[in-house]
Amino acid sequence: MKILVTVKEVAEVEDDFEIDGTSISESSLEYDLNEWDDYAVEAAVQIAEAGDDVEVVAVTIGPERSEETIRMALAKGVDRAVRVWDDAFEDVDLLDVESKTDVLAAVAAEEDPDLVLTGVQAADDSFGATGVSLADELGFEWAAVVNDLELGEDTASVRRELEGGVEELTEVELPAVFTIQTGINEPRYASLRGIRQAQRKEIAATGLGDLGLDASVVESDLRLTEMYEPESESDVTLFEGDAEATAAELATVLREKGVGAE
Amino acid sequence: MSDVLAVVDHRRGSLRDVSYELVTAGRELAGGDELHVAVVSGDVDRFAEKLDLDGVDAIHTVDYGEEFNHDVYLQAVEQLYADLEPGVVLLPNSVNGLDYAPAVANSLSLPLVTDAIAFDTDDGLDVTREMYGSKVETTIEVDAEPVVVTVRGGEWPAAEANGGADVVPFDVDIDESAVRSTVTGFEEVGGGDVDITDADVLVSVGRGIGEEENLDLVFDLAEALDATVSSSRPIVDNGWLPKNRQVGQSGKVVTPDVYLAIGISGAVQHVAGMKGAETIVAINTDPNAPIFDIADYGVVDDLFDVVPALIEAFE
Ligand SMILES: Cc1cc2nc3c(=O)[nH]c(=O)nc-3n(C[C@H](O)[C@H](O)[C@H](O)COP(=O)(O)OP(=O)(O)OC[C@H]3O[C@@H](n4cnc5c(N)ncnc54)[C@H](O)[C@@H]3O)c2cc1C
Repeated sequence: MKILVTVKEVAEVEDDFEIDGTSISESSLEYDLNEWDDYAVEAAVQIAEAGDDVEVVAVTIGPERSEETIRMALAKGVDRAVRVWDDAFEDVDLLDVESKTDVLAAVAAEEDPDLVLTGVQAADDSFGATGVSLADELGFEWAAVVNDLELGEDTASVRRELEGGVEELTEVELPAVFTIQTGINEPRYASLRGIRQAQRKEIAATGLGDLGLDASVVESDLRLTEMYEPESESDVTLFEGDAEATAAELATVLREKGVGAE
Repeated sequence: MSDVLAVVDHRRGSLRDVSYELVTAGRELAGGDELHVAVVSGDVDRFAEKLDLDGVDAIHTVDYGEEFNHDVYLQAVEQLYADLEPGVVLLPNSVNGLDYAPAVANSLSLPLVTDAIAFDTDDGLDVTREMYGSKVETTIEVDAEPVVVTVRGGEWPAAEANGGADVVPFDVDIDESAVRSTVTGFEEVGGGDVDITDADVLVSVGRGIGEEENLDLVFDLAEALDATVSSSRPIVDNGWLPKNRQVGQSGKVVTPDVYLAIGISGAVQHVAGMKGAETIVAINTDPNAPIFDIADYGVVDDLFDVVPALIEAFE
């Protein structure tokens, strides 16, 4: 069996940041593996560990810089990775769902996986759409926001986490794409041995041409035209000073609201 | 603009709130053109009565099955789309909305914008959406029609007044062989002995607490304030607190007198569960944390300094 896991290196914004045009200036960003993908990777690795002859392949769309992050997935037990990048991606502010779908579907066509795991969403642009779109493109069945997954022979039993503490129990025919929710497992830390082994694992740098695609795949009818700090409608009262002073002010407010009264 | 097809959300016999908001958003988008609302599965006639709201031109009922099934919804929306030729397919950005909207967009080869929080239709369609955990807002210009858009719950007011729309039963042709998943049941999670929805004062802890052993500090504060401890999701995901403590979209909706958010950024899914609190107090090192947008009182400082001082102030 082969499992394809889609992973993304996402940017986290520092507390103080600056916006530069339609993006956040590079100096205010830190890069990490997308939180949801960490759980998807763990889910895949656990399936591999429990089964015989399961290969886990990670696929990412990302520049060379992202190899460091992808290597962390390899250190956690992913067997190898495919990293798709092309100059065409450099100038795109918003890589839309359709473009991502086409690229990932092309990789899936080469890899021919039995199961695809993605994160529910990427923490940066939070479209929350790639997994389900990819499923439709591949003709796979799917389930979004999965927080429990048991694979059977031809079907999988999953729980989908709905709103308000309700979970939906669903039987899904395989092959399928599942978008994995945080909390489904406990993502491991990479061991030293894992990190050493990861150095020898393959990250195949793949261009659009290698996938039979060209630069037109990034074209989109959606354009990111503005990025700005939201206008705060807040009328928050902020207390300033050292902790003792602010705590005293907070305590006064809280007492006024009846907190701590016997 | 052009005609809008809005498909509502329901679960276990009730329309979900976002359905009424979708009507308002749909009306805004349709401008002088038509707003078509569709309801798929369940007790469609009863739902249609409730959806007869101001601004709705027609309600299309798809009487097939009971609960949400994405394979049925996908086929139904494809067929409605072919019949109505709308310029915008408007869907809720709910967990179920996200379980089929991307498939609708891909299958119809339409662009997709999810999680819209505002529209500008002055010159074509511009969609406002957030990025980086609500730290920035962006404008997405949509250069083509038709388009699929999902809207965030709680951003548009619910449509109310009565409409007088036509109810049109839609004759759907569902290919059963393409229905490859089956819902077998629902389960409520997050039960147990602590009921955070019952508390007057909640001391709520987020990822800013760093380590499991630091939770003691939060429990000490709760004791000093005679409050109950709740949390954001990562604390529950890490297994540090049970699910019944989680506030938010997938946890509990709480409306205490006072909600003290400690090391919580204020992500939209968290805010969905606590914005109804009477007074919100936030302690966070990040002055740009979205929690300060909804807080009444706040301290921009390290919780490990402020919380011990606050405990002392109450002892
Ligand atoms: C489908 C779905 C459902 C979800 N449901 C929920 C839900 O029900 N509930 C929920 O909470 N989330 C939910 N989430 C997750 C949500 O998107 C966020 O990831 C989560 O709320 C973040 O939790 P947090 O604020 O504790 O952590 P972070 O966003 O990591 O914030 C931590 C905060 O702590 C601050 N901080 C760090 N150190 C300190 C310090 N020493 N002193 C003071 N402050 C400090 C930081 O500045 C930061 O603002 C859901 C997500 C999805 C996709």
